[in-house]
Amino acid sequence: MYSYNEFDTAFLAERNAQFRSQVERRIDGSLTEDEFRPLRLMNGLYLQLHAYMLRVAIPYGTLRSEQMRMLATIAQKWDKGYGHFTTRQNIQYNWPKLPDVPDILDALGTVQMHALQTSGNTIRNVTADHFAGAAADEVADPRPVAELLRQWSTDHPEFQFMPRKFKIAVTGAEADRAVIRAHDIGIQIVERDGQIGYKVLVGGGLGRTPMIGKVINDFVPEPDLLPYCEAIVSTWNMLGRRDNKYKARIKITVHENGLESFRELTERRFAEVKPQFGGVDQKMLEEIRGMFAPPAFRNAPVDAFEAARDADPVFRAWADTNLSAHKHDGYAIVSISLKKHGETPGDATDEQMRAMADLAEQYGHDELRISHEQNVILPHVHKSDLPAVHAKLREHGLATANIGLVSDIIACPGMDYCALATARSIPVAQEIASRFEDLKLEHEIGPLKIKISGCINACGHHHVGHIGILGLDRAGVENYQITLGGDGTEDARVGDRTGPGFAFDEITGAIETIVKTYLAERDGPQETFLDAYKRLGVGPFKAALYPEKAESKANAA
Amino acid sequence: MPRAFTPKVVTANALLEGDVVYFTAQGTWTRALSEAELLSEETQAKERLAEAAKQQDQIVGAYLADMADGDAGPVPTHFREEFRRTGPSNYFHGKQAEA
Repeated sequence: MYSYNEFDTAFLAERNAQFRSQVERRIDGSLTEDEFRPLRLMNGLYLQLHAYMLRVAIPYGTLRSEQMRMLATIAQKWDKGYGHFTTRQNIQYNWPKLPDVPDILDALGTVQMHALQTSGNTIRNVTADHFAGAAADEVADPRPVAELLRQWSTDHPEFQFMPRKFKIAVTGAEADRAVIRAHDIGIQIVERDGQIGYKVLVGGGLGRTPMIGKVINDFVPEPDLLPYCEAIVSTWNMLGRRDNKYKARIKITVHENGLESFRELTERRFAEVKPQFGGVDQKMLEEIRGMFAPPAFRNAPVDAFEAARDADPVFRAWADTNLSAHKHDGYAIVSISLKKHGETPGDATDEQMRAMADLAEQYGHDELRISHEQNVILPHVHKSDLPAVHAKLREHGLATANIGLVSDIIACPGMDYCALATARSIPVAQEIASRFEDLKLEHEIGPLKIKISGCINACGHHHVGHIGILGLDRAGVENYQITLGGDGTEDARVGDRTGPGFAFDEITGAIETIVKTYLAERDGPQETFLDAYKRLGVGPFKAALYPEKAESKANAA
Repeated sequence: MPRAFTPKVVTANALLEGDVVYFTAQGTWTRALSEAELLSEETQAKERLAEAAKQQDQIVGAYLADMADGDAGPVPTHFREEFRRTGPSNYFHGKQAEA
């Protein structure tokens, strides 16, 4: 894993000292809120409905156990004993007090973490496949490139006054677990004739105008990646609209100018910036890559795993749902669900964070990951250790066997916390998860991704949910629109709206209707919800959701 | 005929804690909506907002929020203000826990 060098440490200490003095000046009245706001946002400090909110970056979702322990300490000492993991691999604290924030940032600094560029019109936290470095299907670990991008984008002088925020995601596998097609720049590591290169997508994004990223270059050679990204951001920085916030993101720039034209301008800019790089970035990449060397995997029998799987149905259910294929024989990737039925998606208590840190240290080569699906991953666990890991997870309410199932719901904080929200998300997620738990249908339904956003900005990725839910304010009442058939993977697709929305107390019933329609219509258990939707279209679901409408149509005919 | 003016209170977040606060008739800030000054006239509401917004050393982001006149003081007419005066629905945190 990446370790800060002297430059990183000094830079962060200086930034934190600056912010400490800015907070002091705000409190003593020398700074007005108008003056202070951009400064606090540069340091990840928002003001939400009930309190301040601090958004801490977890670059490419990777944590060491000591870092996870520090996140727990912060939750316990300066917040209300929990943290909320987000869809962009950040953690948010919902209750920090302004005078404490400089101390929190210093505490983060001691474990090489920060809240820089988690807000504002900057290049945000670079995210990556949460199975990076472990997945069996990976061409290469995407994190060295993500770290290089993080360093390049931090305080980049050309990109301090951009039209809008800018988000980059990187994956090293064809199977897209990082939603790269919904990012401003999506990068996929590919191999061609034995050479590593990058497929680069541009102009993806969700929000008010959802767009799927387009391939701007299907093979950027390794030494060209950073200058190529710089050329893209630079081209957008010149072209991007500053007259209208809703048209400022690169997806609109690419859409309005056309991909061909945007590509040509990017190539032209690339020719200008490439000579300025001079290979130093490649030297840095090499150093970074050294720090991401795979851990010393051990070879040991896996009999204990097989025996536990045969003997214990609870362990078996968890193993069948929450484990993924690891590239090294005898190992598994463990997904720890933060979606216990009825709980808040993505929340972990300080005690749970410590338990996960302990597991990573004892059984997981000291590594943890945060997924954009708001779960925690132990990327490298030897199968023989899985029964012990599972037992410990159970003690802490962390052994829910629901990864990829109907209750593994993404939900943004919504109007329970967020100042931008138009409706609540969390209670909707809680109720849906509890409903399907009561129905005992979860495993029969199979893979199904529900994603909920509490406003049009789509932090909950509702557009790419197999079932997407968007909470709106309709004449002073919460109202929930449903989309179906969205997909955030390599087959990315924006979901189709079913029709009029549902009230807060109707939405869970509507989701149940959709799921039961699927169960009735599917070809068999092997046909997933998404496959069935692709075959059937929205028709049967609409008919089930809006029976009066179907009836009046029939009467009219 | 001009549209009827919906009564309002001046509300903001406290500078240090970020907690929701309301402006009182005495020109101070309170944590309790019931103690807020209900402004039933538009010009008066604008004036009180301007006065409140000057107290930058105590609050952040003052604005006027719609309210109804209830038995025990102002009552929110919109769910957003209802959540602000209560706290989140997933945990017993915020104002509901402090009352």
